[in-house]
Amino acid sequence: MSRRVAITGVGAVTPLGVGAAALNERWAAGDSGISDGLGRCADFEPTDHLSRRVARRTDRFTQLALVAAGEAIGQAGLDEASYDRAEVGCVMGTGIGGISTIEAEHAALREGRGKVSPHCVPQMMANSAAGALAIEHELRGQCFGTVSACAAGANAIGAAARMVAHGDASACVAGGSEAAITELAMAAFAEMGATSESGISRPFDRRRDGFVMGEGAGAMVLEDADTAESRGARILGYLTGYGSTADAHHMTAPEPSGEGAARAIAKALGDAEIAPGDLAYVNAHGTSTPLNDRSETEALKAALGEEAMRIPISSTKSAIGHLLGAAGAVEAVATLGALRAQVAPPTLNLEEPDEDLDLDYVPGEAKPLPLNGHPPIGISNSFGFGGHNVVLCIEAAA
Amino acid sequence: MTTAIKDQVTERVTSALVEFGEEPENVKPDSRFEELDIDSLDLVELAQVIEDEYGIEVTDADMDKIKTVQDVADFVSQRQS
Repeated sequence: MSRRVAITGVGAVTPLGVGAAALNERWAAGDSGISDGLGRCADFEPTDHLSRRVARRTDRFTQLALVAAGEAIGQAGLDEASYDRAEVGCVMGTGIGGISTIEAEHAALREGRGKVSPHCVPQMMANSAAGALAIEHELRGQCFGTVSACAAGANAIGAAARMVAHGDASACVAGGSEAAITELAMAAFAEMGATSESGISRPFDRRRDGFVMGEGAGAMVLEDADTAESRGARILGYLTGYGSTADAHHMTAPEPSGEGAARAIAKALGDAEIAPGDLAYVNAHGTSTPLNDRSETEALKAALGEEAMRIPISSTKSAIGHLLGAAGAVEAVATLGALRAQVAPPTLNLEEPDEDLDLDYVPGEAKPLPLNGHPPIGISNSFGFGGHNVVLCIEAAA
Repeated sequence: MTTAIKDQVTERVTSALVEFGEEPENVKPDSRFEELDIDSLDLVELAQVIEDEYGIEVTDADMDKIKTVQDVADFVSQRQS
């Protein structure tokens, strides 16, 4: 990357609560946001945060995005910053988009009303979170959604980092959101065997049987580091590397050797100009599916070599479930939180190790990060149906 | 009779606009929609409310002429008489 990219604000709405602090502190404490086999944002009441007008004209995935990004923007002081608003971008990923709107409107149409709400299209389209954010915060630079299933939030942050590094934007709001705990989506994921029958998210455990559906949003404000510094923004960390590859193997199954994922890890490290020995933490994709956790382990071993055995690796999904298109963004926020606290939060429910899954997955309890004289650096892995592999490299501010 | 219909329609339209997110104190019978926080999608939704509740077909041309809450009341009362 050419210009250094600073992270000046983070936000999250997750099953652990509203706010990035709830995510970081409660996960590190070993709390779970999963209840009855689902990771719902039970504390989230849209009208607590949004006007009635905005709340009734937006799908839940956009509402979650507005609140998570609003927190990040507030922390960064971006609304008050003297940027030319035409130089501020917005990239928001989602796996599906406004699926609860699609399902409800389709039901209304079929039940004889014969028409749908005029708000149906703006609510269901997958880019509506990005559009709504741009309107709400007057972000008039590049604005779009990313669509790469469970890697979408990470692709959004990666694309935003490139935008800032390349000088196409002075700052960019980036993240992901998902609200797909719906009748159709749950039936669809269950039918293909992706979701857990036990309702327990236990990544890397021998008994893992699929992912637990979650919902939520995560977001970051990225800025050109020099400009952020000169405007007096508090720099939380840096987005130093981005790697994005495809398996080109199967629509939903990861390539077993993890070759594509390993390439993404290597690309992110190369982009950040660091070696595996520089890493203090890995935030795993760690879905709790039999296939992912094995191929991800293979990928980490291939990309990091012997260092893979030393670095603490944990899965946010053990505490909140799989937030699909939001996962990569929420986990980037959690990765920065772990690096700043210098603590690897735990992989919950990991009690019975699986054969060959022999890395340090931080079972049960948080542990201190191994430090080596510079601010901690970590990576966050995100992989998506379609064969997408995305890795972000993040460094905590000194 | 006509006055009763107009009053009822005014009340219904006012509650619809408030439901759309407008502040109740801003909505008066002679409030122009363009002065309120009401956009083209809200107007389509308002036309749906009129159609559903009063059994009247509302065309785009009809909506083009309707600029205020009072206009809606006049329109419904005229169509129903």
